[in-house]
Amino acid sequence: MKVLVAIKRVADVNVVVRPNSEGNDVELTNVKMAINPFCEIAVEEAVRLKESGVATEVVAVCIGPAKAQEQIRAAMAIGADRGVIVETDENLEPLAIAKCLKAVYDQELPQLIMFGKQSVDGDNNQTGQMFAALAGIPQGTFASALVVADGKATVTREIDGGAQTVELSLPAAVTADLRLNEPRYASLPQIMKAKKKSIETIPFASLGVDGTPRLKVVTVSTPDKRRAGTKVSSVEELVDKLRSEAKVI
Amino acid sequence: MARESMPYDVVIVGAGPAGLSAACRLKQIDTNLSVCVVEKGSEVGAHILSGAVFEPRALAELFPDYLERGAPLLTPVTSDEIYVFQSGEKSLKVPAFLTPSTMHNQGNYIISLGNLCRWLAEQAEALGVEIFPGFAAAEVLYDGDNRVIGIATGDMGVSATGEAKDTHMPGMELHAKYTLFAEGCRGELGKQLIAKFNLSQGMDPQHYGLGIKELWEIPEKNHRAGLVVHTAGWPLTETGSTGGGFLYHVGKNQIAVGLITDLSYSNPLVNPFEEFQRYKHQPQIQKHLAGGKRVAYGARAIAKGGLQSLPRMIFPGGLLIGDDAGTLNFAKIKGTHTAMKSALVAAESVAHAIIDNRAHDQLDEFEDAWRNSWAWQELYQQRNFGPALHKWGTVLGAAYAYLDINIFRGRLPWTLSDPIPDHAALKPKAKVEPITYPKPDSILSFDLPSSVYLANTSHEEDQPCHLRLASPELPMQKNYPIYGEPAQRYCPAGVYEVLENAGGDAYLQINAQNCIHCKTCDIKDPQQNITWVSPEGGGGPNYPSM
Repeated sequence: MKVLVAIKRVADVNVVVRPNSEGNDVELTNVKMAINPFCEIAVEEAVRLKESGVATEVVAVCIGPAKAQEQIRAAMAIGADRGVIVETDENLEPLAIAKCLKAVYDQELPQLIMFGKQSVDGDNNQTGQMFAALAGIPQGTFASALVVADGKATVTREIDGGAQTVELSLPAAVTADLRLNEPRYASLPQIMKAKKKSIETIPFASLGVDGTPRLKVVTVSTPDKRRAGTKVSSVEELVDKLRSEAKVI
Repeated sequence: MARESMPYDVVIVGAGPAGLSAACRLKQIDTNLSVCVVEKGSEVGAHILSGAVFEPRALAELFPDYLERGAPLLTPVTSDEIYVFQSGEKSLKVPAFLTPSTMHNQGNYIISLGNLCRWLAEQAEALGVEIFPGFAAAEVLYDGDNRVIGIATGDMGVSATGEAKDTHMPGMELHAKYTLFAEGCRGELGKQLIAKFNLSQGMDPQHYGLGIKELWEIPEKNHRAGLVVHTAGWPLTETGSTGGGFLYHVGKNQIAVGLITDLSYSNPLVNPFEEFQRYKHQPQIQKHLAGGKRVAYGARAIAKGGLQSLPRMIFPGGLLIGDDAGTLNFAKIKGTHTAMKSALVAAESVAHAIIDNRAHDQLDEFEDAWRNSWAWQELYQQRNFGPALHKWGTVLGAAYAYLDINIFRGRLPWTLSDPIPDHAALKPKAKVEPITYPKPDSILSFDLPSSVYLANTSHEEDQPCHLRLASPELPMQKNYPIYGEPAQRYCPAGVYEVLENAGGDAYLQINAQNCIHCKTCDIKDPQQNITWVSPEGGGGPNYPSM
């Protein structure tokens, strides 16, 4: 069984980002980039499926600039066998990404395609769902546990108020939540091996996908600074301030 | 789990300007050499911090076509200004003809050294060098004859109590015919090698400065790309300390501003971070920052002892290069060009030794080659600048340096010495006046937590503390009563805090996850009780363009 894992290149979570000088995007020049943490969890899960004998091949796919090869190499160091990059310098929205992935899916024909539940930069939480609709296959989102056996994927989903278990017939799309696993450290020998694995490059233009943005970013700004608090001397004063100044009651 | 091992011709520790230059040169001489670079930062450049005004001489030797290759030398220096700050208000501009010629910067560039290293890494990889960021060299490997045969990377996934976690990953041994140590100032392994092979015998102790730097974005209309400002005097003079400040207009709308506090300061109440914060209020600095916004913060110790403190750089199986040895030229307040040159000379010695089928021996021929290089000549000519300043203060010392460098060109037949190590320079706190630092205004000056936040530092929390105390009791037994535990103040990242427990007893808390890898504690602790060791690879600051 082949598993395809979609990964996204995002600013490293340890980096404090700031708006660019035009105020229409986040400044990413020379910022450290990494695999989106939820995507990394998806890679780890796919590699575990291979290690347990369920999967036979893990393919990592990324849509992004040429430098996104770094993230594919990182996925390979975790254990992905090969990589595919759909190369573009455009900042694509989830629907266009889902369409690109559909094209790669049609080429690779995996039984399982895994995603992170959302990326930490856009926080859209859309790509996995849109892909499943485009491909016409079942989806299990926010997975905190995954069992694949007998042509079925059993997914435990994190939902409001508890967990829900769904059974999907393969091929299926699964998006990973935080508790699915804790990704391993890539060891130096694995990173060395990863450098020798193959990455196929597909130019974005060759897929015939419409990348025109459907949304316009108006402004990107930092959150307001937290203002200094004031001490109140009595409950009456607190209630008064909440009513007249904060206007929350 | 046993450690895996991998053989290379050359292993280089540290992907800074020296390590990457050596790697490139090795492959230029013989493309068949296998060269591997390990780097503790999460990516190349993540732990690099420098002013930086860059003299391109060594780079031009390495890549004569560096501009065509797109080296990020984007801001040529257009003017030099030097000020002596007499106080927080008053200043004196020093005319150019009175300044040591080493302080003139025609032909130099204002750069981000981190970005230069990122570019050098691309060149190195294109030449076939293997670079592994996120892996700290944690151990020197020796053979039975005490020759260096490589390094081992640190284990990953070890808990705070030293047990293997589920994610445990043992380190890897990287074996080499020759190992180059290019960790930068006060390298963890370099320090061990200097002690083991007695490399600094007969030399002055190394002297250090702590550089604290911020990057600002200012309105484009106020920006004067290429302007270089250097300052001496206030605020360090208030406490009898020495050092100097810098302010560079770099790129389109950025300013790099910083203060270097010499770690030979004697007042244990000095707080280099607070000195830098008040420095920015001096009108000559403030006017440049008006309307701007701080975007990055970081700090790093520099080795500034020069030739008098430079240890022997060779030992069986390897070399110390760049600031791991201490090749910075303090008279120029620049170290990158000399660090790179030392790396080029080292790479040439190593490559030819390997071509001659040698391995693991001591490269004595390096010493002659290094002595005959322009970098050594430059360090020799300007050797008395630092000690003169330390001995006679900014004004007389600078006057001496002017004569020595501009008139006599370093040919005066004596060499000044500076024999007191920085850690032994502190006076008891009872003998000094208390210092009151002004409160930050959050416009020009800031508090420590909000500053460290901008260094993007992160460490896995459940790992052994990487700031090791030889004696856990010593800080509270000696440092606290005598000096008021100076670590609380010299650490620019708030790692060391003296707190009180429920019983009212003071204790030292080490917030190791805040560490920005500047190495000051390893240098300045009066008891030499703190040893900085590399934490789990990938930890530490994530500097964007420092």
